[in-house]
Amino acid sequence: MCGIAGLIHRGKSSNVGSELQGMLQALKHRGEDSTGYALYGDTDGKNFIMRFKVGENVGEGSSSIMEDVSVYDARKKIVDQYLSELGAKIVKEERVLPYSLRYELAYDTKDLLEFSQKIESIPGVEILSMGKSLEVIKDLGNAQMVCDRYSLDKVVGTHAIGHARMATESGVDIKSAHPFWGYPFSDVSVVHNGQLTNYWNNRRLLENKGMRFMSECDSELIAVYIAQKMREGASLEEGMKASLTGLDGVFTYFVATKDSLGMAKDTMAAKPLVLYESDDLVAMGSEEIAIRSVLPQEIDTYDPYDGEVKVWQI
Amino acid sequence: MANLKTTENKTKSQSMGMHSEVLTGRTQQKFFNPDEGENLYYFGTYDVDFNKRTELDVKEMTAADANKEIDNLMSQGFGTIVIKNPQGKHSLGVGILNKLNLIFEGSLGYFGMGSCDGPTVRINGRVGWSCAENLMAGKVVIEKNAGSCFGAAIRGGDLICKGSVGARTGIDMKGGTIIVGGDAGAFTGFMMQRGRIIILGDVGINLGDSMYDGTIFIGGKIGSFGSDAIPADLTDTDQDWLKRKLKVAEIGEKFDVSKMTKIVAGKKLWNYDNLEPHEKKGAI
Repeated sequence: MCGIAGLIHRGKSSNVGSELQGMLQALKHRGEDSTGYALYGDTDGKNFIMRFKVGENVGEGSSSIMEDVSVYDARKKIVDQYLSELGAKIVKEERVLPYSLRYELAYDTKDLLEFSQKIESIPGVEILSMGKSLEVIKDLGNAQMVCDRYSLDKVVGTHAIGHARMATESGVDIKSAHPFWGYPFSDVSVVHNGQLTNYWNNRRLLENKGMRFMSECDSELIAVYIAQKMREGASLEEGMKASLTGLDGVFTYFVATKDSLGMAKDTMAAKPLVLYESDDLVAMGSEEIAIRSVLPQEIDTYDPYDGEVKVWQI
Repeated sequence: MANLKTTENKTKSQSMGMHSEVLTGRTQQKFFNPDEGENLYYFGTYDVDFNKRTELDVKEMTAADANKEIDNLMSQGFGTIVIKNPQGKHSLGVGILNKLNLIFEGSLGYFGMGSCDGPTVRINGRVGWSCAENLMAGKVVIEKNAGSCFGAAIRGGDLICKGSVGARTGIDMKGGTIIVGGDAGAFTGFMMQRGRIIILGDVGINLGDSMYDGTIFIGGKIGSFGSDAIPADLTDTDQDWLKRKLKVAEIGEKFDVSKMTKIVAGKKLWNYDNLEPHEKKGAI
């Protein structure tokens, strides 16, 4: 089933970590195999923030193979070496969990493709997000558990999207969890509720164009599809509109960039979405109770229609 | 009990094209035989007094607890219940099987007022997906918008949304009336089998797709017709009925019904004519 939620504050920052946690926790009955956050925090915009993993969470319910922590250490060492070779300086390093790390990098480049390919050439290493504002945090468990594990409740920023996952198409692991980074674009993330039926056809086409897939989760296709459209020169909104015909299946998804948040709904309107929109806040989720966690007062909400694409700026 | 067997005279609803199937069948006569009235017991019903009014704040309650408390209040004879702080909770007000004035001061989530038979409900907010699914009788009025699958599989009663509704409104409906003051999404009237849908605004694509029977009236633009949905002549009888219905629904009383488009089933679906009459009824 899965649940998605997102919000964007226009003209101000807020405690988006705590707000998204509340929204996703309200949707936990839609799936709590894993939960993911894409948070756009307030930063000075100088350094890249790279969230990456060197292994999987092998706790209860995981479909991953257990590895020794020493394997994680060895992978981290190679990551550090490759960063040095790429000319990226580690400004700040946090090892949040044995398998999950956060680096702030002084790195002067606009094309992250070569960078990402090199880092991810290390077996078992995946960049969860790369950007100057975006941080993707995802792990097994419900929203509260992930929030507590990564101390997300204090994150202040302008917008965020998140996902509560019931694993249906692929394994219970971090690599299949949402949000997906819009590789290799800085600060692009995607969450999705639904099923894509032309996943393999599109995947083969996109892989031939040099795009990478880290999982076999159909939702990852959306991030890669839109990223490819943007590589070809399309705007975010144009890429999203193209997806309505380019992707087959039932879906409602959100895409976020450094300064915008968008939603798209398939032409059958088969997946739910409730939307609240005001001058200073847009909040949306698979169910109204997600919005109620940040706006308990009586509000006007609506369901976007089939084939609808909307994009909001901060 | 009315004789439900075929008569030679066309009823008004038949002349309006609302249905062509005759309501006959052993099950209906068995269940509603007036001679066996003393044996009928309708589980879950209470004698309530509409003048006996109470309020129920469900902010801290689960949907199950809230529904149990509504049932408890009805058992005490309360005929008017005001629900405070529903806050988008799912499945509130389901399974009410008797007359009741029920007022929600706020919005409902999914499956609100499902499987009800008799209550008069006003929701001063919006509703999520599948509101009033399987409604059998009564009246449900929503003051704001509604989600998708509005009135799915309803069998009777009036379901009214003063705002706009999502996709698949009236999917699989088997009777009753759905009235929408605003717009409706794609697949409105999808697989409907009987009943009437009135949309005063625009509708999306595939209107009335695979409909078996029933009638749809549209006041605005139509995205596209679905398979086997065809326009029909809007008669004077239709217009009289529409005016009356809109007035009762407190919605669009000044709406010019003469400009509405009437849609009925073309009945050309591949399997429709292959079925024997008793099989058609089984499908419905």
